[in-house]
Amino acid sequence: MLIGIAFWMLAVVAVLSGVAVFMVDSMARATYALALSFVAVGVQILLLQQGYLGLITILMMVMEMAVMAVYMVMFMGMNPALMPMDMTHGKKTAIGASVAAFVLLAGGALLIPWPEQRRGAIPGDLTHALGLEIMGEKMLVMAVMGPVMVATIVAGVVLAAHRTRYDRFGDDLSRRPADDPQSGGVGR
Amino acid sequence: MPDGALEIVPVWWAVPAGVILCALAYLAVALDARLSAHEDGHGGGWTVPLSRTARLLRQRRRTTLAADTLLWRIGGAGMFVGAFLVVAVIPLGRWVLADPQVGIVWFNVVDVMVWALVWLTGWGANSTHGLVGGYRFLAHGLAYELPLMFALVAPAIAASSLGVGDVVAAQDGLWFVVWMPVAFVIYLVGVAGFSVWGPFAPALAADIAGGVLAELSSVDRLVFQSGRFFFLTAGAAFSVPLFLGGGAGPVLPGWAWMLAKTVLVLAVLVWLRRRIPLWRPDRFMEIGWMVLLPAAVVQDLVVSLVVVRGG
Repeated sequence: MLIGIAFWMLAVVAVLSGVAVFMVDSMARATYALALSFVAVGVQILLLQQGYLGLITILMMVMEMAVMAVYMVMFMGMNPALMPMDMTHGKKTAIGASVAAFVLLAGGALLIPWPEQRRGAIPGDLTHALGLEIMGEKMLVMAVMGPVMVATIVAGVVLAAHRTRYDRFGDDLSRRPADDPQSGGVGR
Repeated sequence: MPDGALEIVPVWWAVPAGVILCALAYLAVALDARLSAHEDGHGGGWTVPLSRTARLLRQRRRTTLAADTLLWRIGGAGMFVGAFLVVAVIPLGRWVLADPQVGIVWFNVVDVMVWALVWLTGWGANSTHGLVGGYRFLAHGLAYELPLMFALVAPAIAASSLGVGDVVAAQDGLWFVVWMPVAFVIYLVGVAGFSVWGPFAPALAADIAGGVLAELSSVDRLVFQSGRFFFLTAGAAFSVPLFLGGGAGPVLPGWAWMLAKTVLVLAVLVWLRRRIPLWRPDRFMEIGWMVLLPAAVVQDLVVSLVVVRGG
């Protein structure tokens, strides 16, 4: 009963802080309203007794929002991130897309044939059981996906960076230490 | 220790646990002040926490133009509260407030919160220096957090569990610090990191007029600063069940050993502050990623191999 009430209150917090992301006029408030929304969802997952998943959700989202605070000042032109600003743009398209997404997801949740009653017993270790259910057969795919994603990120950064290894090490790649605008702590 | 089994104490024990955290943090501040006094060639220092607290409580609160007060206060108050959340999973001998299956992840979540909290404190004042300080901290965070996470993985692998109780029990006979010293050292680096302590204090440095602290005054400053010391203390305390065998030790009861080891780690951290220079975030970034992270991963590999070989 109490857990049920807490769950619904957290749901309200998650939705309201999600709405707040678009209502506030400050980039910092929008960022951390989003973080709050995710934290509320993380606590909901904790209430479902998925300790590991719930905590990891909170951890990842708080970290992600903190990093977003770095990016928003790094990459936003003229630095409106430091000024009061409107958090919305492309309003008609955005509203259309979000209403469509909501109808799709809510319709799916309502129309899906949920099981009438529980089949089978509650597993002893919920996290383990859920992990097997989600990953199970697909562990090989997941294990391959990880390195591929890392390689993609590294390749993306390499392509995006305007300085190449020839700028750092010279035309015959023999200059040591490298010529960097900012020296690192290892002294390469 | 009887099989390392932990006893979950009633929730009102949170109050004494909080008092112990405050007392240890007081000790840390006092020891730091004592060392400063010693360097200046005079005695005393033990009452400095009291006088500083009194001075800050009497100070008039400074206000700044167009401050984001909500986020500013959340940052400071969160720093104050955070360490108490960590204490909930730290066993004192065989008593603990909570021993979730994922106690180590719980600790990790709280220490990641510090990223947001320090940045919010820097942001809230609407002050350039504060914001620069906040970003310095995030830059440090990007460099220390991943090595710290991989250092936390080592004891968890060895115990085959993310529960703090299981980690303590797995050290029956041989403390983890003996065969995972690299993880222990990196863990302590991380503790200094999320406490904005010692080499990680450029976010609060004098060259940016105090950085995150620049506009913090009165009770807000008191709350933020004590939060840092609480985090330092809780970090030192968490290292004991993680690497130093928890309450294990001869003659004395478990809780006494736990406190003694915590005080020792805390004293080393406080003492090291004046032995290590500030680490510039841009330089430490490379140290974190080129030295600490590979070292932590190799440590994890060694631990994994030992666990697999040992069955």
